[in-house]
Amino acid sequence: MTLEVSDLQVYYRTLRGDVRALDGPTFGLADGEIMGLAGESGSGKSTLSKSLIRLDGRMRYIGGSVTLDGDEVPIWDDQAMNEFRYKRISLIPQYAMSAMNPTRKIGKMIAELLESRGVRFRDTRDELHRRLELVGLQRDVLDRYPLELSGGMKQRTVMVISTLLNPSLLIADEVTSALDVSTQRAVAETLVEFRDRRFVKSMIVVTHDISLVYQIADTIMVMYAGRLAEKASAKTIIEMPKHPYTKMLLDSLPEVGVKYEDKRLSGIPGSPPGLLKPPQGCRFRDRCPLADKQCLEQPPFVEVERDHHVACWKAE
Amino acid sequence: MTAAQPLPDPTTAAEEPAAATPEAPQREALYFALRNPKLIVGLSIVLLFLLVGLVVPPLLEHGPNERYAPPLLPPSGEHWFGTTQFGQDLFTQFAYGIRATFLVGLLGGGIAAVIGMTIGFVAGYKGGWVDEVLNMLTNVVLVLPTLAVLFIIAAYVDSYSVTTQSFFIGMTSWPWAARAVRSQALSLSSRDFVDLARLSGVRTWKIIVRDIAPNMSSYLFMTFILLFGGAVLAAAGLDFVGLGPSDGMSLGLIMHQAVKWGALQLGVWWWFVPPGLGITAIVGAMYIMNVGLDEVFNPKLREM
Amino acid sequence: MLKFDRVTKVYKVGAFGGGSFTAVREASFEVRPGEVVSLIGESGSGKSTLGKMALRIASVSSGTITCDGTDVSTLRGHRRLKEYYRKVQGVFQDPFSSYNPVFKADRVFAMIRSEYHPGVSDAEWRDKVADALKVVRLDPDQVLGKYPHQLSGGQLQRMLLARALLLDIDYLVADEVISMLDASTRIDVLNLLADLKARGMGILFVTHDLALGNYISDQTVILHRGEIVERGVTSKVFADPRHPYTKKLFASVPQFHKKWDEVEAELRAREAADTSSQPYHLAEGQAVPSELVEVTEGHYVQPFHPRAAV
Repeated sequence: MTLEVSDLQVYYRTLRGDVRALDGPTFGLADGEIMGLAGESGSGKSTLSKSLIRLDGRMRYIGGSVTLDGDEVPIWDDQAMNEFRYKRISLIPQYAMSAMNPTRKIGKMIAELLESRGVRFRDTRDELHRRLELVGLQRDVLDRYPLELSGGMKQRTVMVISTLLNPSLLIADEVTSALDVSTQRAVAETLVEFRDRRFVKSMIVVTHDISLVYQIADTIMVMYAGRLAEKASAKTIIEMPKHPYTKMLLDSLPEVGVKYEDKRLSGIPGSPPGLLKPPQGCRFRDRCPLADKQCLEQPPFVEVERDHHVACWKAE
Repeated sequence: MTAAQPLPDPTTAAEEPAAATPEAPQREALYFALRNPKLIVGLSIVLLFLLVGLVVPPLLEHGPNERYAPPLLPPSGEHWFGTTQFGQDLFTQFAYGIRATFLVGLLGGGIAAVIGMTIGFVAGYKGGWVDEVLNMLTNVVLVLPTLAVLFIIAAYVDSYSVTTQSFFIGMTSWPWAARAVRSQALSLSSRDFVDLARLSGVRTWKIIVRDIAPNMSSYLFMTFILLFGGAVLAAAGLDFVGLGPSDGMSLGLIMHQAVKWGALQLGVWWWFVPPGLGITAIVGAMYIMNVGLDEVFNPKLREM
Repeated sequence: MLKFDRVTKVYKVGAFGGGSFTAVREASFEVRPGEVVSLIGESGSGKSTLGKMALRIASVSSGTITCDGTDVSTLRGHRRLKEYYRKVQGVFQDPFSSYNPVFKADRVFAMIRSEYHPGVSDAEWRDKVADALKVVRLDPDQVLGKYPHQLSGGQLQRMLLARALLLDIDYLVADEVISMLDASTRIDVLNLLADLKARGMGILFVTHDLALGNYISDQTVILHRGEIVERGVTSKVFADPRHPYTKKLFASVPQFHKKWDEVEAELRAREAADTSSQPYHLAEGQAVPSELVEVTEGHYVQPFHPRAAV
């Protein structure tokens, strides 16, 4: 599978004008690639993941294109997207595990979901059982209510449901944030297993926890204020980042083994710009220690080394 | 050492110059209140009726029960709302009737509000056995067949006043308010800012009045509106079946007499339509007021 | 010193309070002035309950909590509690829930003023507030006179710390204070806590994040299902975890320069090397005692069955 996103622009309508939440990211995803999409709040990562599946009615598609396996994905058309959703592109939204109807047994809910997509529950039941066992759940989970399951179990159930029809692309939006540390690892490793068994071809894992995504992703893409900052292999991002934001972000994260007395970490002063009237040029300019007049012009997202893209004039 | 200087957020609205003291919210609320169309329209309608009820009766020549005019006249220049079967001026009756309506609403609704809110707040904030005891009390009063009780009382007592009627209605309609306030107070009491107030050494009653109640102020007002409306409608119901106060005039009584004397069959619309519209207008206007008030009190809604 | 001695919390659950649920069982540890103690546990471990008991927001079922010698777990009366709050304060996880949304954010300062410093003049109070804000590195013009939703999470949390400073407290309970903040602002608040520690404040730092605990704390307490399974000097607990649950936690924490497999392999290698019988190993059928056993000086672990699953 291949995914090509080109100059995607998606804004949010508000009473006071358009919020330029996503302003031109361009990137590609290869077959079998797990890409971690990292960024803080307001970076545009959730907007990007939701716009690929057109989930939010407040989003306004402005421009750009998304191509999946050579087919143009009609992300501006809610109706047309029905063909793609769940079958070719699937999303595990944030808080999915809390969104299950508490008065419905899980099996019933899955049956209804499949019927709505035109798939007979009976046809997929065996595969469903197989996959539930694969993630460590008993098949009697289908007879239970969501209330009876723990957070980790619910999340794994949701993951199985989202990938039942073997979509080419799976987008997992903050699937581990609400879980305990020990369950996070199990869920993250399950994601990798789905890719390894070809239940899904490629994955975008959206998270604010870079250390978690480093464990399972092949590449990491860092977003800031609606634009792409850097994309490279996970190892390169962690060890040799080139964008000042990435560097400062990594420098601000405490790690097991680092003590305050030995190495005092520091945060990034200031806060991300408002996207109603974003600043001209590079959006990180106001907080960047390397910024100068050149940064008044938006730096392009270019490949500075093999498979390493950065949007910064100062990247060396 | 880097200083954390947060940049001004361009999406925030411009600030009114306000002091950093707790009195400022009231002044600000007033500022917004004067600019909210729903609040102004609703309040105007209510005040208009109130004004009619207060100011008009002394100006009128005849009393509400005086039979001086030709019967069953449709509305005209001389009799704005027409006349009844007995030659009573309907506009006079209407103006006097509004007084009783407001009295019942305010008094009956007020009593129910005070009792219900007090019990609701204490039960919601304290929890534990206090909550259980108050819940039991609320449930007992709730299952009393209030209308039947009121009917029985009204049937046995020879005559009683509008005040007494309000009192009875207030004493039997508070459980609903207590439950509503309790559930809101319960959820607010678990919020961190209540814990923070406790950690600041603030006493229980102060926390309820200053921290919890303002967060439900529109809810409390809404509760009062519904109690007001409920009291008005309960009174109108009683008056309509002839079990109302023996003295005075009320809108429900007008409608009672209208039906009793066949106004529906005779097509005498001016006898029963105005009082009905009157009740509807007063209660409806209060609902609109409440929506506006919610916007005034909630700063987040304001910036929209 | 803020001392927890065999503190237990039991909740009544079920219809008519028939059943019971033990949130915390026999927890014992200390917080000294100028020291940060991390209380680390996952959800349901009882860590927040311990914090709430220290702040007297939750009552203590049995055991005692003493603050500089005075038993605070049985304090009665509004006045005595108020005096206690001059010494111990708390900051909670959700900055937006800690502020009453219908009032301006600086009302939290005004509340302190009216309850604890009623006679202070306006000018003097303004200076006090400005000083406290300076310590937490906030600009008064940026944060005073604003509503909570107009400020960022980081600013709100700092203001709560400034509020605690206005009371000149000895101990602070910080319950997951940075978990809802953005990554790049978290470290600033964390550094701030370290500064407060340097000024002599004792901090009980409740968190689920091992990396944060390691960064600023002197002592670490690991909680599992209401019981302390391991505690001691942070460097010792982190360098040489003994309890199976602690090891499981360490194996699951995502790190930056090591993948999970590597961490697990390291832990397992260390385990394989250590086959000797330890004083904290229990035999089959032996019940788990409530006292922790010393591993080395300043490092204690709850006895466990070496082959039992966690």
